[in-house]
Parts: sequence; C-alpha cells; structure tokens
Amino acid sequence: MNGLFSIAPLIIAAPFAGMLVNIAFGRRLMPNKDSIGPGLVASSMAGVSFLVALLMFVALLGSPQGADVPVLTWIDIQGGDISLNIPWTLKVDTLSSVMMLVVSGVGTVIHVYAIGYMHGDIDEKAYLRGLHGEEALDFKRRRYVKFFTFFNLFLGSMLILVTGNNYLMMFVGWELVGLCSYLLIGFWFDSPEANESGKIVGVLNSEAGKKAFIVNRVGDFGMLLALMLIFWTFGTLKFDDVFARAAAAAPTTPIPLGPFTPALGAVVTVITLLLLLGATGKSAQIPLFVWLPDAMAGPTPVSALIHAATMVTAGVYMIARSNVLYAMAPVSGMTVAVIGGLTAFVSGTIAVAQFDIKRVLAYSTISQLGFMFAAVGLGGYIAGIFHLATHAFFKALLFLSAGSVMHGMEHGHHAMAEGENGGGGGDEGHPFDPQDMRQMGGLHKHMKTTTWVYIVGALALSGIPPLAGFWSKDEILLEASLNSTLVYVLLGAATFFTALYMGRQIFMVFFGSERSEAARHAHESPPLMTTPLIVLAVLAIIGGLMNLPFGGFNQLGHWLERSVVNAHTGSFNIDVSITSTVLGLLAIGISYLLYGRKPLEEGQRDPLSTTGPVFTFLNHKWYWDELYDALFVRPFNRLSEFLANTIDWAFWHDFVHDGIIAQFVEGSSRSLRRVQTGYVRNYALAVLLGVVAILVYLVVRFLV
Amino acid sequence: MEEIAFLVPTSYYIILSGVLFAIGVAGVLLRRNAILLLMSVELMLNSANLAFAAFSRTFLDVGGQVFVFFVITVAAAEVAVGLALIVTIFHTKRSIDIDELHAMEG
Repeated sequence: MNGLFSIAPLIIAAPFAGMLVNIAFGRRLMPNKDSIGPGLVASSMAGVSFLVALLMFVALLGSPQGADVPVLTWIDIQGGDISLNIPWTLKVDTLSSVMMLVVSGVGTVIHVYAIGYMHGDIDEKAYLRGLHGEEALDFKRRRYVKFFTFFNLFLGSMLILVTGNNYLMMFVGWELVGLCSYLLIGFWFDSPEANESGKIVGVLNSEAGKKAFIVNRVGDFGMLLALMLIFWTFGTLKFDDVFARAAAAAPTTPIPLGPFTPALGAVVTVITLLLLLGATGKSAQIPLFVWLPDAMAGPTPVSALIHAATMVTAGVYMIARSNVLYAMAPVSGMTVAVIGGLTAFVSGTIAVAQFDIKRVLAYSTISQLGFMFAAVGLGGYIAGIFHLATHAFFKALLFLSAGSVMHGMEHGHHAMAEGENGGGGGDEGHPFDPQDMRQMGGLHKHMKTTTWVYIVGALALSGIPPLAGFWSKDEILLEASLNSTLVYVLLGAATFFTALYMGRQIFMVFFGSERSEAARHAHESPPLMTTPLIVLAVLAIIGGLMNLPFGGFNQLGHWLERSVVNAHTGSFNIDVSITSTVLGLLAIGISYLLYGRKPLEEGQRDPLSTTGPVFTFLNHKWYWDELYDALFVRPFNRLSEFLANTIDWAFWHDFVHDGIIAQFVEGSSRSLRRVQTGYVRNYALAVLLGVVAILVYLVVRFLV
Repeated sequence: MEEIAFLVPTSYYIILSGVLFAIGVAGVLLRRNAILLLMSVELMLNSANLAFAAFSRTFLDVGGQVFVFFVITVAAAEVAVGLALIVTIFHTKRSIDIDELHAMEG
C-alpha cells in the first residue's frame, strides 16, 4: 500500500477541525463588521481537504487499485454463525477519488465565494430587521459563524459519505448531509421579511427545511430497508464483500429469508429498488423531488454546494458504487433510467415557466440529475459520473452567479432607497424581490463579469460544444440511444427545454432594458465573489477534457474502470451529437425570438403565457405540490385530527377515563369514605381487631 | 434451665398483666377524656412491664428487666409529648374531649 494513502483521514478531519475552531473561537475571530476570520478558517480547512484529495489522486496514479484506510472500529458484534463488523474505514479508490476531488474542489471555491456573499446577505437581513451598530454586529457575528460552522460540517459529512467502505458508513454520511441540508435551508428560519415581501414563492424558510427533511425521511426509510436486506442476504455491509458474494452466486441461488426462500436475483431486485427509493429522496427524483425547489430558501452558496453540486449527487454515486447489484437486476436498472428520463423531462418543462432565478436553476438541477440517473440506470456509469462532475462545475457556477446577481440587485435596491429618502416614487405595489427575473433585465451593463460567466455556465448546461456539458450530456444521450428509445426521447426533449429555459433566463436577466429601479442601480459584486466564478467558468469550459470520447482521451473512463466493474467507456456518435446540438441551438434561437429580439418591458407579461393553460400548468409545477397535498398531506392531517379528536380525546379521554374509570373511582370512594370517621377510637378499635385477628390466627395455627 | 418454686406462681402475674392490659384497651376505646386516654395507655405499658418482670424472674434472665427500663423511658417521653398535645388541644378547643377531634372525617 502506498504510504500516501495513510493521510486519507485528514480529508475528513480538516473540515471538522474548522467547524470546532469556529464553534469555540468563531465570534472572537470577528472583532469588527468587516472581518472575515470565520470564513477564512472554514475556507482554508476546505482547501486542506482539497489538497488531501489531490494527494490521494497522486497516490492512486501510483497504485491504482486503491486502498482501505482504517480509522477506527465502530461496531463489532460477534455472533454464532453471523457477526456484524462495521469498521470506519476509508475506501480510497478511483470512484471515491473523483467524488472527493469534486466535493472538496467545488466546495473550496464555494467556501471562498461564501466569505463575500454571506457578508452581504447578513448585512441585508440586518438592514431589513432594522438592526444598527452593536446590535447589527452581534447579529452578524452569530450568523456568520453559524453559517461556516454548518458549511464545514457539511463538507466533512459529504466526505464521510463518499469515502465509507461499507453501506452503513455511507448511510451515516447520507444522514449527516441531510441534517446539514435541513440546517442550512432553514438558515434564515426566523426570516419575517421573506414572508412579507412574498420573496419565497413556495413556503417559509423553516417550512422548506422541514419539507426537505421529511421528504428525505421517506427515501431514507427505503435506504434503511435496503441495508437490512443486504445484511440479511449477504451477511455483511462492506462494499467489496457484498459485491464479491453477489457476483459469486448464480441469480437463481435460493436465499433463506425467514419463511421465504426467494432467488438471489429477486432479492437483489428488491434491494436495488429500495436503494433507488433512497436515491430519489436525496437526489430529488420523481416521486420525491418536491423538496429541492423549496430548498432554494437557503442562502445561495448552500444552493450551489449542497443542492446542486454535491449532496444531491449522492444518489448517483450510490448507484454507481452499487453497479454490481444493479447489473444483476435489469428491472431496477430500467426503473432507474425511466425515472431519470421522466424527471429530466418533467422538471425541464417546469423550469421554463418559473420567474424566480434560483427556482429555474433548481428545476434545472433536478433535470440534470435525471440525466445522471438515466445514465447510471442504463449502465453508463462513466457517463453518469462524468456528467456529475461537469454539472458540479457549471451548476455551481450558475448558482453562484445567480447569487452575484441577487447581491447586485439588493445593492441597487439600497442605493435607490437611500437616494429616494423623502422623495417617494419608485415601483410601489411591486414588492422588491431580488430573485424575481421580471424585475431584472439589462444587467449586462452593470455586471460584466457575472454576465460573461453566466453565459458560459448556461452554454455549458445547454450542451453547446465544446463546453463541458456537451461532452458529458452527449455520452448520456448516446447511452440512451443505444439502450432505450423511451429514455432517449425523454432526454432529447429535456435537452431542448434545458437550452430553452437557460436562453430565456439569460435574455430576461442580462439583456433588454432594466425593469426595476433596483436593476438600474445594480453593480458588480466584489472580487472575492467574482474570482471563484471565473475559476468555475474555466472549469465549465475545459471540464470536458477529462473524458473526450475519442482517441486515447477517455481518461475518466479508464480511471473509473478500476473501481466500477461494469463500466464501459463511451464512444462518439456524430448523429447523436448533431441532434443534441441542433436541439440546443434551436431552443436558444426560440428563446431569442421570444425574449431577446423584443425584450420584456416593465410590467409586461411573459410571452410564453400566451399558451394559456399550458403555461399555468407549468408555472404551477405540474401541480405536483397540490397533488401531494391532496394525496398525502391532507389525508395525513385528517388522520391526525381523527386520532387526536376522536380516538384520543373522545374515546380515551371522555369515554374510557371520564366515563368508566372516573365513575368507578368516584363511586367506590363515595362508599369507602364512610370508613373514615375521624374518631380516634374507631381507628384504635380497628387496630385492636387486627391484632386480635392475627393472634387468633397464630393461636389456631399453634394448636392445630 | 431449672425450674424454681415461687410463693406466687408466674401464671398469676401473667393473668394480672392480661387483665391490666384489657382494662387499658377498654379505657382507650371507651373513655372520651384525653387525660384518661393517656392514663389507659400508661396502664397498657405497665401491664407489659409486669409481664416482662415476671418472665425475667421465672427464667432468671435479666434481659426482661432491661426491657422494662426501656419501656419506662419511652413511656416517660410519650407522656411528655402526650401532655403537650393535650395542652395544645385544650388551647384550641377549650376542651379535652377527644370526640370533638374529628376533623379528619371523610
């Protein structure tokens, strides 16, 4: 084993150390309003993680078989014929190293961006709450430190997830990132202004956090069942052992599970479907995707890191990791692919009709995750992981740029509000919303850098060659075209909508004329925020180089082949590429015709709304929330009300307690109280009679 | 243990003790005057003392007499407390008739 592997635990230790430093000393690191101490601590620790990930990459170049680095023994139960042994061991192989590099690399960039962004965001919130001077500083100290504490915790948790060498450690990371997601979505849990200005289109921040957590519980339930079934079937949870045992046995081998003895193939199908349920929760796929759009209530760096680049790709990673099991269960593989295709299509169409800049990106993320699912479901594990990596680059870029836009809009709003003191006017009746694209427009005049990087990200996402998104999306489309026409058609349509909503967004936000005072006064964000954007933009341009589909350039493919048994490197098909590129360009052309040639004016309705009910349908997200509300939430509430009012109150309280038990106690005590006369002599007599009775008993026993 | 012949047989003492105890019990149960109640209790205690002393003599065991001293001590303490209670009762009720004390009636 290469000695370099032994420093692997540092990759997790660094962010946790950063978290502890911020918990203990964070507030002292902020002596004044502009200090960035906590952010620097968190970012440098993320940087250490990235360095370790790079070292792991170097070590893997030397010994590509990877290594298992033991950290500590967690569970060790010795049974008779079965024993449960769960060590916390870091699995460093080519697959986890790709995830480590993406997570810590993109994570570091976003940490650096957040240093600047959170300053602005917290100042804005303090301003909206009317805090000044010492109060504002105290508020900022608490929130700034809290943010980076959670952010470091997330990074460490995500790395636990991708480095675990068994399903249970992966599940630990899985739950930890879920917790961080909940904490960070609800970061402005006490945000009253979000409600009043109608800024949050869906639900309140704290509600959004709860929604994400509860929806994920449904998925985790499936995940947990899958873990139990894996242990029951294979007697172990360690990846290598599970896959070795699964591959060694024939699919028809009977497996004794309690009273049943199903064939191994059937059991694996059930396991993989349950794993899929877990993945649909975490990776926001149909049917559990409804939480992700509302998760945009969190600060923008959170949306970029957790809800676009890393955490939501955990499901894709998990399926790629379990490729041996999915290869044994073609039904599950096909289910994954169809779910992915459907999700890609449905959320792609929804994104076209949204007005909130982050919501468009949220649905776009769901759609792209659908692409990845389709890829891994059809066996294109390399295509899926490839798209995961490139998507992390350009979607993080898009989110951070959107954050930059919001930052600029808020500054514009303030500039306007200060210039207007006592003047009045402005756009009254229009509550200011820095995320509403209808209030933007013409921002390219004010925010040059942001505009350019946004266009780069949008083109990469739309799959325009030669940007990163083109190569990865093409591999997925090729995979689909070879294996399933249905998925191919769905993904093709999704590609079209992807380019359409990105074109619409670019033209609405950056071009045309300003549609609000805030947009007219917007200005570029500070370099601390734009530098990460440029780094990500470069990655979004050249990201495709890691896996070009011709010649000997399939580096990522060859890299992953060592840990993903069923991987096969993609090839290049000119027909598929031309189709997808033409679809993309066509959609951008349409978006230009609708939004670019004759830009939206202030107060004008969206040109797409001429489609009437179709637009309304898409704008209301296919009524998914309403459907779930009717199917689950309201019946659940009714059931709870029934249990509370009828069962608990009416039956148990009123009938059983007040009716039967209380009546009995009252009646019996009514008669028994006569015994209690209050006269000492009566009590003494009772004592005497008792003594006499005992004596009589003793005498009789003695005599008889 | 050898039997010793006494002028008055032990059984006489025991019967006297039983009679005294019964008088004490009857006094506690029947009298209403608190002082008399206390005296009846005292009578019961002393009947027990008599039995102790008689058995002590019969079995030539000094343990019985030791117990008598204990009982006398406890009885003295009990009387002190009991009289204090009676004085207090008299202060509040202007009477020492214990049948007036039935506030604990259910």
